[in-house]
Amino acid sequence: MPEITMVEAIRDAMDEELARDENVFIVGEDVGQRGGVFRATVGLFDKYGADRVIDSPLAELSIVGVGIGAALYGMKPICEIQFADFIFPAFNQILSEAAKMTYRSNGAWTVPMVIRAPYGGGIGGGLYHSQSVEAFFTHIPGLKVVIPSNPYDAKGLLKSAVRDPNPIIFLEPKKGYRLIKGEVPDESYVVPIGPASVSRTGEDLTIFAYGMMHYYALQAAEQLEQEGFSAEVVDLRTLYPVDRDTILASVKKTGKALVVHEDNLTGGYGAEIAATIAEHGFTDLDAPVRRLAGPDVPAVPFSHPMQEWFMVNTEKIFKSALELARY
Amino acid sequence: MAVKIIMPKLGESVVEGTLIKWLVKVGEHVEEFDSLMEVESAKVNTEIPSPATGTLLKINIEEGSTVDAGTILGWIGKPGETVPDDEEVDGEDISESVQPMQTKTKETQPTLQAGRDRDLGFISPVVARLARENHVDLSKVTGSGNNGRITKKDILQFIEKSSDSPPESDMAAWETPGEGDLFRPTELQFPDRFTPTKSATPKVEAPLPSANREGSGSTGDQLVPLTKMRKAIADHMVMSKQTSPHVTTVMEADMKRVGEHLQENKESFSRQGIRLTYTAYFVAATALALRAYPLVNSTWTDHGILVKSAINIGLATSLEDEGLIVPVIKHADGYSISGIARVLGDLVNRARNHQLKPDDVLEGTFSITNHGTAGSLFATPVINQPQAGILGIGAIKKRVVVIQDAIAIRPMVYLSFTFDHRILDGSTADNFLAKVVSVLENWQ
Repeated sequence: MPEITMVEAIRDAMDEELARDENVFIVGEDVGQRGGVFRATVGLFDKYGADRVIDSPLAELSIVGVGIGAALYGMKPICEIQFADFIFPAFNQILSEAAKMTYRSNGAWTVPMVIRAPYGGGIGGGLYHSQSVEAFFTHIPGLKVVIPSNPYDAKGLLKSAVRDPNPIIFLEPKKGYRLIKGEVPDESYVVPIGPASVSRTGEDLTIFAYGMMHYYALQAAEQLEQEGFSAEVVDLRTLYPVDRDTILASVKKTGKALVVHEDNLTGGYGAEIAATIAEHGFTDLDAPVRRLAGPDVPAVPFSHPMQEWFMVNTEKIFKSALELARY
Repeated sequence: MAVKIIMPKLGESVVEGTLIKWLVKVGEHVEEFDSLMEVESAKVNTEIPSPATGTLLKINIEEGSTVDAGTILGWIGKPGETVPDDEEVDGEDISESVQPMQTKTKETQPTLQAGRDRDLGFISPVVARLARENHVDLSKVTGSGNNGRITKKDILQFIEKSSDSPPESDMAAWETPGEGDLFRPTELQFPDRFTPTKSATPKVEAPLPSANREGSGSTGDQLVPLTKMRKAIADHMVMSKQTSPHVTTVMEADMKRVGEHLQENKESFSRQGIRLTYTAYFVAATALALRAYPLVNSTWTDHGILVKSAINIGLATSLEDEGLIVPVIKHADGYSISGIARVLGDLVNRARNHQLKPDDVLEGTFSITNHGTAGSLFATPVINQPQAGILGIGAIKKRVVVIQDAIAIRPMVYLSFTFDHRILDGSTADNFLAKVVSVLENWQ
């Protein structure tokens, strides 16, 4: 199997879905002629034309609004928000329209729409090009929230997302676009939305992570092994609806849980995982559930030393996991 | 004038008692009717009130000694008051003879590790659950976590190591199978409290034969010295076997109707605070069968067979580490099933909390042992002397049986009845056992 990058896998997924279903189209800033600022749509404008790969104005509200309208007419839009930081002008459209449509029409109308957005820091992006936004959306029933951590899943999950009848927030770890490589088969496949993946099996503790942090968690698990501890790593993949069975089964096995995310700690997505474990896996716990997350500051700092201070990385995960393993 | 403290007669047929503990020290003041000492008699502990208000002047009998009812245990009076000389001499003798035994008592409790006797550190939820599920005494588990905390791994390793021995049953105490050493004397129930001084003269034990240790040429053989417990068990078993010619007969009973009745009534009984168990039905069926065959409810004497008028059924009840006790359901034939269940529950609760009265464990005329809970199908129980028989209850298991030439699956139980062949012949014994079976199978 060829080894490709995350961003290539994402492009391949869109290419295949555009070819498979003529109702699929892409709309976003610079996605057409430019091929996207991260080159995620490069070549697609030439292949499918300006009607299916549409350059939008700099107005996220309208990107999502156009997507919702088209979806109601049976189209399958893939909306690209250039940086997840820019999604907030569209927040009302997502929350009040897309998420509620099926519910308020009693199932008569659906919004089969994907909103792709690169998220996360560590790329020198500063305050407005580094944010993690998943916690805002995992609070909203009516949306599905998906975050891939590797090329294989990115392609398979994005194809599933395009085919899903619900509005889907598809968050892509931008630092991993070219950093994370992996084998992806030539033949067509999908990865179902919902199930988490046990990406590494272990006995002593479980690290729960997603996106970029999952990549680091695997590296930390390698280091832990050298210290004599066997860490299980669970890639959540779908944050909403989350795969509680896999989470609880892993906790039952290891008795210790470290929940990692890059987003700020307080009110972050990890709180939901920790609460799920405390609520349903209490008598399996051999140690308090731990969270390792970004500090509670308003944004990822621009200064490089400060950015390093903010970012959760392999070393921080390793240290936290080691303490937990020794508990 | 100093007042004597006398070993009381704690029950109708209780002739002696063991002084477990003085609750007041010599020189201390005690009010009349305040608890003065703890006495064990016929396996039951009782706190004895002070006969007078005053100062405890003198203790004649040390803790752990077993003495006849009526023995002077000590004196209460005004501070400085003297007590009669002859008592004093006896008292000193006894205390001297008891000293080494007390040292030994301490040595018999080595299970608690230093610094860990109560404070186990943080017990995580999973460790707590595993301990509960596997009946692990956490004080025996070595902790390897932070500050010596017991980790999940520690307890799993401990469980794995001790998995050779069969897991303890989660059943109610009276459902626990009786072992061979069912009817043990007091000192076996509470070995750590036991001291043998009944008289002032300590019994000198012969030294262990050392020849076997040194003399026998074979390597690997080991002479395990007899503990007092082992010795007493041996004596009692041999005595019973030598006294009565034991014969065991086995029948099986279909427990379908009992099971249905139990399921139907369990909840409503439970609301009345009564725990209904299969054991209650076995007691009820046995009581009815004893009434039908009174000869089974008897004792052999040289003058004739003494047929007992009361049907008092003893039930082997496990007190876990402390041993076994056999509380007796008096006049078991006079109760309904709910009455039996209530009495059973009460006896067992009090047995566990050491609140049985001496009379609760006496005057049994027949015994039941529930050996089936560990999976045993049938057994040959040893008679609890001087009774005429003992009924062993096997495990209730679903088996294929033929009913009216059709194959059916029924919950079946084997009942093993061991009887004294001096008193009973096979036909009477079988008739008795068949009656038990018939009551169970036709339960309404």
